[in-house]
Amino acid sequence: MAVATDQAATAGRADHAQRRQAMIVGWLLLALAAFVALVFGLDSDGNAIFRLSRPNDPLALPNLVVPAAAYSYIVAAVLAFLGVRQLVRGGSRWTSLALGIGFLLVVTAFLAWAAAGKSGFSLTGMLQATLVRAVPIALGGLAGVLSERVAVINIAIEGMLLAGAFTGALMGSLLGGWGGVIAAIGIGGLFGFILAALVVTYRVDQIIAGVVINIFVLGLTSYVSSQVFSEVRALNNAPVFRAIHIPVLSDLPVVGPVFFQQNIFVYGALIMVAVATYYLFYTRTGLRARSVGEHPRAADTLGINVYRTRYINVTLAGMVAGFGGAWFTLGSVGRFDEGMTGGRGFIGLAAMIFGRWHPVGALAAALVFGFADSLQQKLAILRTPIPSEFLAMAPYLATMVLVAGIIGKARPPAADGQPYVKE
Amino acid sequence: MEVELRGITKRFGPVVANSDVNLTIRPGEILGLLGENGAGKTTLMNILSGLYRADEGEIIIDGKTVDFDGPGDAIAAGIGMVHQHFMLVPVFTVAENVVLGVEPVGALDRLDIEAARRQVTDISTQYGLEVDPNAIIEEIPVGLQQRVEIIKVLFRSADVIVFDEPTAVLTPQEVTEFFGIIRSLRDAGKALVFITHKLHEVLEVADRISVLRAGQIVGEGDPKTSTDAELAELMVGRPVRFTVEKSPRKPGETVLDVKDLHVLNERDEVAVDGVSFEVRSGEVVGIAGVQGNGQTELVEAITGLRMPIEGTIAFEGHDITRASARERHRSGMAHIPEDRQRSGIIGTFNIAENMVLDTYYDDRYSSGINLRWPDIYRSTAEIVTDFDVRTNSVFSLANHLSGGNQQKLVVARELSRDIKMMVASQPTRGVDVGSIEYIHKRIIESRDEGDGVLIVSTELDEIMGLSDRILVMFRGRIVAEFEGGKAGIQEIGLAMAGAGAAA
Amino acid sequence: MTVNDRIDKATGDLLKRAVVTRFEIEELVVVPIFAVLIALLLGGLTMVATGVDLPTIGLSYASLLQGSVGSLNAISETLTSAAPLTLAGLGIALGFRAGLFNIGAEGQLLIGGMAAAVVGFSLQGVPLVIHLPLALVAGMAAGALWASIAGWLRAATGAHEVISTIMLNLISFRLVDYLLRNPPIQRPGRSDPISKSILESSELPALLQWLDPNLRIHAGIILTLIVVFVVYWLLFRTTIGFEFRSAGANPDAARYGGMRSGLIIVSVMAVAGALAGLAGANQVLGVLGRASPGFSAGIGFDAIAVALLGRGHPVGVLFAGLLFGALEAGGRNMQVGAGVSIDLITIIQALIVVFIAAPMLVRTLFPFAFAKRGNQREGS
Repeated sequence: MAVATDQAATAGRADHAQRRQAMIVGWLLLALAAFVALVFGLDSDGNAIFRLSRPNDPLALPNLVVPAAAYSYIVAAVLAFLGVRQLVRGGSRWTSLALGIGFLLVVTAFLAWAAAGKSGFSLTGMLQATLVRAVPIALGGLAGVLSERVAVINIAIEGMLLAGAFTGALMGSLLGGWGGVIAAIGIGGLFGFILAALVVTYRVDQIIAGVVINIFVLGLTSYVSSQVFSEVRALNNAPVFRAIHIPVLSDLPVVGPVFFQQNIFVYGALIMVAVATYYLFYTRTGLRARSVGEHPRAADTLGINVYRTRYINVTLAGMVAGFGGAWFTLGSVGRFDEGMTGGRGFIGLAAMIFGRWHPVGALAAALVFGFADSLQQKLAILRTPIPSEFLAMAPYLATMVLVAGIIGKARPPAADGQPYVKE
Repeated sequence: MEVELRGITKRFGPVVANSDVNLTIRPGEILGLLGENGAGKTTLMNILSGLYRADEGEIIIDGKTVDFDGPGDAIAAGIGMVHQHFMLVPVFTVAENVVLGVEPVGALDRLDIEAARRQVTDISTQYGLEVDPNAIIEEIPVGLQQRVEIIKVLFRSADVIVFDEPTAVLTPQEVTEFFGIIRSLRDAGKALVFITHKLHEVLEVADRISVLRAGQIVGEGDPKTSTDAELAELMVGRPVRFTVEKSPRKPGETVLDVKDLHVLNERDEVAVDGVSFEVRSGEVVGIAGVQGNGQTELVEAITGLRMPIEGTIAFEGHDITRASARERHRSGMAHIPEDRQRSGIIGTFNIAENMVLDTYYDDRYSSGINLRWPDIYRSTAEIVTDFDVRTNSVFSLANHLSGGNQQKLVVARELSRDIKMMVASQPTRGVDVGSIEYIHKRIIESRDEGDGVLIVSTELDEIMGLSDRILVMFRGRIVAEFEGGKAGIQEIGLAMAGAGAAA
Repeated sequence: MTVNDRIDKATGDLLKRAVVTRFEIEELVVVPIFAVLIALLLGGLTMVATGVDLPTIGLSYASLLQGSVGSLNAISETLTSAAPLTLAGLGIALGFRAGLFNIGAEGQLLIGGMAAAVVGFSLQGVPLVIHLPLALVAGMAAGALWASIAGWLRAATGAHEVISTIMLNLISFRLVDYLLRNPPIQRPGRSDPISKSILESSELPALLQWLDPNLRIHAGIILTLIVVFVVYWLLFRTTIGFEFRSAGANPDAARYGGMRSGLIIVSVMAVAGALAGLAGANQVLGVLGRASPGFSAGIGFDAIAVALLGRGHPVGVLFAGLLFGALEAGGRNMQVGAGVSIDLITIIQALIVVFIAAPMLVRTLFPFAFAKRGNQREGS
């Protein structure tokens, strides 16, 4: 055949857009360098003390002591170097890496500035909280991955989380923690099934169906909460799952508390991400599910039942989100409050996009949000000059910036959001 | 395996797509199913492949009536279909696409991708259809994608293989190669159905011909004795002229002057790579080429929908390289987009709204920001009458028009205003013969009035019939130029496959 | 008959409008009625499930009716609640028409209301005819700017507006808290987050207080009616509306027609934000007289349902706004009169929208209410 497969020849001058991006990143890094030097560098005095272990840990590490001002200047210098390198070399493969390193450095400089001259900042504690706070977001993102991989946009994750939180508290109070978890998974699955029925069978617009489920769940849980829970408090008083210390591993410094002294929700989320990755990318059923998300008609012509596949995966997504919802009650406070999920489901959706529709990617993105979340919490304690309201905005701002920055590079499943009409 | 369709009727609401169709498909034979766009060929084959269910009639395989509850049943019965729009998942590999639905698995439902690759290689060596099982579908050319489709069908051990308009996306050379493949499949004892609206192809390759018109079988033909004209009359229902009547061209001033144009596609790859040409007033320039060789991006750059990265475009002597689509439009450039459903019309808008889609801001239709609907409706009614768009009312939704009438609506919109240049991309794709004739006639009239016309089409017949000059595009470059009426199909075909582009 | 006459005749025939089909009437009238009925029924079942006894349920619906249309005061309350729902709903509906899903009305409403409050309490000695319009315009402008952020992100980077508007909501809650806690907005002598009171010269005048001082209905409802008309005109009678609708129905075709999609996205979001901001200003200047945390009270979210229920048409949104206003007003009466939580109203509202959005579901549930029609709309 005359038409060969080399498209490399035509791709030669493709770096046009890339170069522009590299320049933007270069200037951004330079701006960050100036910011770090002028704000953090000039304003810091004294040392920032980061605690890596708790006093009674078996293998205690010494505190990490960083001279804040000097560190800020070093960070500024590195940022400036990276920025200049971008501007000079332009269009290299290192653009996103440079940006990533840059942001990481800015965050560390920020921490040093915030902790400077204070009594001490528990780094391990913050990392541990990062993982904990990433759980609902990671599970929300995973629910998004599972349903969008079969081309159903799932705006209803927020509602499924809320339903899971509510049911976890109610059934947890009646049946104990595990009963609550199972009920939460069940209720999430139920709402997943309802979403599937609305969008697959009744062809309701996917976003409308999701929004309506959110409103419905918010109304129902708030109604029961004010109608029943306020009267019978025993129904909203569930046991909380404690952290499980994994022998030996949990004694390791830093790593131990972060990864091996967590409750079942953290372990569950990690396992679910692994299982979902295996399912989607290494099994027959996963291949079929993805084909339904990419080209449903092709799947249909090969005898794959598009509707059933969508029902099953969206229901599974709901179950994952229901489990994530139980974290809010059974995994932290044991009590349901109206609207307590506070937009985590939507942040989960952002994590899914940022994670490029891959379970592991969604988890990684969730960790970034979890970090922003735990950071603002710890900083509120440190009494920085930044008002607490602005700290509380951090995760949301991070979501907006990341979603805006990543779009165009990530590619959603081809049929995402489109109903499949079998003729 | 012999398959018989008996009394098949299929209705979509009030529309009867197939009416009492009887057809027999025999092993070791190529059945040509001929019919024009909208005749019901695809519907019929979708019934055979289990995608649709017939309202009446039955399918009989080797004497037994079968009932397909879905494509899975048809596949299991040994019926395979190669669809006009390939049913391949673009981001999957060849092997994944081939085994999808009948995957080899290991423990824990694990996809045995190694076994899949081996099986694909086995099939491709057995039938001489070479392809790399690890290649990603969207990265291989359409000719190879079609092979994957054939392998897919063979992998499911199909005895009956239906090809729906298989040559639409191929170069003439690829078509020849494809005919070789289906002949060898026939000789291997498969039963083949070849659906097309191209007369010479069906005459060349089929052993038997059935003609479908308006959902009914209207006749049979023997490829050895039938002629083009007979089949065409059978297909359309009246005598058909094959050539577009036109007087010799009288080229005038240069209207469009494209110099060293470079354009990127969505993936930031260079799709148009240094193209230069000009179009004079009163001439039709045709651009031939296999789909995906940069024609789409070239047209978008000329009409202002995509900014080039290098080169210039001049329109009537003015540089318009950076001008907006609206500015080009106002200065007299008309554009018939390649996919009317995607960008030419808005299906949920009515005909009048569609008629002013790119002229609503004009003084004729609005004062300031106020639209003057009565004027729009009146003017639309006149244009619709003038251009023979068949509809009951200007308030009907564009969705409710047939493909041919939708296209006539687009042509009417573009030609009804004062233009100096017309850029027509795939002007008759998926349109019935009557509409094709009408659209061709209006295009030539437009030329004769002194407009410059640029036609981009993958239908070589259309390019050869209309063009005064023919340019051939291959991998983003113009690789050959021919004088209209003097070039043979073989020469142009070779250029489309890049034969002249060795340099 | 000459050729010209024939063409004139053909042209004239083409200009006849089609009669409204039975199917369309069913979709427009019958489906919504059944949606409301079934939602009320399911709401009743919810009460049963949470242990509310039957007489109380009867009492609830009685007070719902009484509180929404049962008296002059009830109607005044209904209209007062309907005004901001309709205003914000119009903005969201405009977004739907242009293919944008704006979930950010709540935040835009807060920001707009804050701006109106600031203008409302800070301009001393300005007459009402200047002060009130200024405060309203400030609310619209602030809402428009806030919403434009999401529009700009969508146009420039492709970030989906659903996520950005939700994030902007969450950010606006905290921003408003911060502003209310600090000078110059915080009311002097207070430590809780609350703004100064607006001056009388910026209040939306009450309409019926000469009849009864308790009637809260104010000029906002007149404003709302005017805005319904303006949005209708904008959407269906102007080139701008034509561009909005084209971009929503088929963005590729809009681009082909020479429309600038980025500009359209930003302007649609700005107009939607202005309408939500106006709803916020309406609340601050007509009902509350000051700003406090969460004064938006979920209006921005309910307005999404209003826009969906109104099928994205300005007149439909007005009716939907009236219905939801009635449910709000009646719901408050129900909470007081029957002791059933007003959150029940949210459930009913969500159910109404589900059934409106899934007409096939309603048709399946109540086959007797609809004309039989083969598989007319099936097929390719």
